[in-house]
Amino acid sequence: MHEFLAQLINGISLGGIYALIALGYTMVYGIIGLINFAHGDVYTLGSFFALTILTALGVSGELHGVALVVDVAIALIGAALLCGIAGVLIERLAYRRLRNAPRLAPLITAIGVSFILENVMQIWKGPSPVPFPAVVPNPSVMIAGVAVGAQQMLVVGLAVVMMVALQLFIHNTRLGRAMRATAQDRDAAQLMGININKTIMLTFLIGSALAGVAGFVSGVYYQSTWFFNGFGAGLKAFTAAVLGGIGNIGGAMLGGFLIGIIESFATWKFGGQWSNVTVFAILILVLVFRPSGLLGEAVFDRA
Amino acid sequence: MIYAYFLIAIAVVIGAQRLPDLRAKRVLFLLLGAALLCAPIFDRNDATFNVLADAGIFVLLALGLNIVVGFAGLLDLGYAAFFAIGAYTYAMMASPQFNLHLPFWLLLFLAAAFAALFGIILGAPTLRLRGDYLAIVTLGFGEIVPQIFQNLTKYTGGPNGIGALDFPSFFGRSFGQGTIPYYYVVLALIALAVFFAYNLRDSRLGRAWMAIREDELAARHMGINTTAVKLAAFALGASFSGLAGVVFAAKLSLVSPDLFQFQVSVLIVSMLVLGGMGNIPGVVVGALVLVLVNNVVLPQANTIAATAGLHVDFGNYHFFIYGAILVAIMLFKPEGLLPSRQRKEELHHAAT
Amino acid sequence: MLRLERVSKRFGELVAVNGISLNVLRGTIAAIIGPNGAGKSTLFNAITGIYPPSSGEIFFEEKRIDGWPTHRIAAAGIARTFQNIRLFSFMAAIDNVLAGEDAHLHARLWDSLLHTPRQRREEKEARERARELLRFVGLEGVSETYARNLPYGSQRRLEIARALASRPKLLLLDEPAAGMNPREKAELGDLVRAIRERGITVLLIEHDMGLVMRICEEITVLDYGECIAHGTPTEVRNDPRVIAAYLGTAVA
Ligand SMILES: Nc1ncnc2c1ncn2[C@@H]1O[C@H](COP(=O)(O)OP(=O)(O)OP(=O)(O)O)[C@@H](O)[C@H]1O
Ligand SMILES: [Mg+2]
Repeated sequence: MHEFLAQLINGISLGGIYALIALGYTMVYGIIGLINFAHGDVYTLGSFFALTILTALGVSGELHGVALVVDVAIALIGAALLCGIAGVLIERLAYRRLRNAPRLAPLITAIGVSFILENVMQIWKGPSPVPFPAVVPNPSVMIAGVAVGAQQMLVVGLAVVMMVALQLFIHNTRLGRAMRATAQDRDAAQLMGININKTIMLTFLIGSALAGVAGFVSGVYYQSTWFFNGFGAGLKAFTAAVLGGIGNIGGAMLGGFLIGIIESFATWKFGGQWSNVTVFAILILVLVFRPSGLLGEAVFDRA
Repeated sequence: MIYAYFLIAIAVVIGAQRLPDLRAKRVLFLLLGAALLCAPIFDRNDATFNVLADAGIFVLLALGLNIVVGFAGLLDLGYAAFFAIGAYTYAMMASPQFNLHLPFWLLLFLAAAFAALFGIILGAPTLRLRGDYLAIVTLGFGEIVPQIFQNLTKYTGGPNGIGALDFPSFFGRSFGQGTIPYYYVVLALIALAVFFAYNLRDSRLGRAWMAIREDELAARHMGINTTAVKLAAFALGASFSGLAGVVFAAKLSLVSPDLFQFQVSVLIVSMLVLGGMGNIPGVVVGALVLVLVNNVVLPQANTIAATAGLHVDFGNYHFFIYGAILVAIMLFKPEGLLPSRQRKEELHHAAT
Repeated sequence: MLRLERVSKRFGELVAVNGISLNVLRGTIAAIIGPNGAGKSTLFNAITGIYPPSSGEIFFEEKRIDGWPTHRIAAAGIARTFQNIRLFSFMAAIDNVLAGEDAHLHARLWDSLLHTPRQRREEKEARERARELLRFVGLEGVSETYARNLPYGSQRRLEIARALASRPKLLLLDEPAAGMNPREKAELGDLVRAIRERGITVLLIEHDMGLVMRICEEITVLDYGECIAHGTPTEVRNDPRVIAAYLGTAVA
């Protein structure tokens, strides 16, 4: 029972990271119908940006007090911002020209972008995992007899806050409504005077910024990062988005936590070497038997 | 010298594509074949034929994937899985692993059949899926298969794989350490694969593939059994890959799961994208160009850089090259360098 | 030969086809007419198995076919054309027709791989038949042109040739005259009659009443998914419910 709870909490924190990444997949898919294969690598990019910022700030270990708040805020916002810009650039340079091309063309391009990013990151930070400073102290509280670390709470807390903020943004602002309209029917949205290019750019900006947040958080959580992390994490986050119902923001969140929990239990029960097989098997099962996911398409309806 | 082989082969294939006359085309191909057959008589450099045999393995893979992606329009991102199945078939049945030492030639058939079977098994769940979901499901299978080979340590040697595979033999004479016998095997398999690929394209099945690629629903209304036709594409495509896997394993005398990662699948897709999906000469050229870059140009660039006092490992830029090819071709020449008439028009119209 | 028994098709709340019963007799040219959105194309889609009916039964030559996969229904002898032309755009005209013959070819995987003599012979004969069909619909001379590059009227005729290639007993035409000029429409009328002369039963959807009155023997009128009238052209023309349904719309 104790182990079960520990694994559950472990899975939920893992899931928080997947959920943050999944939001970007789901938003982009919802709005332009593209599986943005490079999104996972934008997440890795986020951890590298955060690492670089922290290094520049001279941070190499645990922080406390004002320094903790200020430095973490700078690294977090910096990583989010830089990732947002990277996402927008990728859309502008690689995807925009293909918006009306046959469906598989942008997917192939996205795979290409992913490979380029991975290679660039490999050259930038080397081929092996790099350590990430444990900036956030990790005191734990006991919940039902299980120690829950501050870092775990940070992951989950950030994921939930981001999702709520995103929901509020999408439903209560003009730009958010433009995004929903574009997702539903791009031509109609254009006729209504919505600037499609700007809206899609915004989608990439937000989605990629969230991946940047996830990148920072994962660095703090694992205390290491690696140029190739984004491939696996991206696929799992995509699985999460599909499981929740692609195009659906709440679904991405739900799917993210579920995948995190499933992975954590699979690792516990079958061993780490089976966790990927389990998650990919779920991906396949969901795509084959319930491609609309658990929550269908509620926010962005587009077949 | 090695460049000469590649450049001549590429030039001949491109030339053949340009020729309007079918008979002239055939003659050109036969001449190329004859020249390649005779090459080892004049050139006894094992290293050269090593690279050429590797190139041939990728040509086989590209021809096989072309059936699935180019002909039938099903984007398979896990094609390396079938390559792995072929290679492990040889590794498990012709090595000390189980003390089975089945002959190479038999295993070629067995592996092709196995791979085809798995093509059907892994293809079946994707039949009703839309293009991009199909791509992701195949990618999932492509990740699962090598992972399973890695996990079933008892049978497959785990992450270290299986080594000390048997040398094939031909009428009692072992291939030994030489590379030339493999080169001949690969040549023969390519000839067979090209023959099959052309035949398939110009047949009832090829037409049905084209039809489902153009409009699956309309194809069904014509009485085309789309399930059977798609499975045939998966099975045939996979069987080419199974053959390639056997030769690859035998030549390397070793298999391990990391040889069949996603990158390999993407490399083969890049070959098709570069050369021109659906066009047989195109994908052959795509494969040759990429192998030339990977196995010849980049290592040489390292040496040159080293003599200039620079220590760059250009081998680290492989992914960048594949990625850049995918992006650049999709953006600027989506039909590839050597497209079929059909693809060219298709993409031309799609853009307008 | 085709019998529909209380066939309905619902899309969520919307009842696109509501309890239609219909009997198409062998050797006739029958029509389904009705205002836009009446459910005509949906009825065709139900017959050809794109979506099985929500309720009701469909019989073809006394075999119950609802629930069969589309390709099996096609092979059983029902061919169709589409309201918005769905040719294989980047295949030559003749290859479109040959694709239509697929269900009647015998080449197995092996034949396709090896181009066996049997395959060559079959392919040659199929090609000959395809040419004959192209001639029949008036498309000789463009057999190597991509479908996409044909003029609109020719595309409609190519779609008919492709459908005929599957050797149907029943041919469903969804608005075959849409977008045609009067001369092309007249030619189309002749073509449909010639098809019937070949022993093929025709069921067509058409908005052009002149054409329908001229070539059809039986007319079924749909409105909001329901059958509001059925009979010969004269009967239907004078039916008050039909007149009422059509007065509400701009369709002539
Ligand atoms: N796949 C579908 N999903 C949801 N609704 C559909 C679908 N297909 C058709 N409909 C709806 O069913 C109704 C009937 O459509 P249908 O295409 O059968 O009309 P029709 O009689 O062919 O009209 P037209 O003359 O315009 O071709 C319409 O309201 C249409 O919107
Ligand atoms: Mg209609």
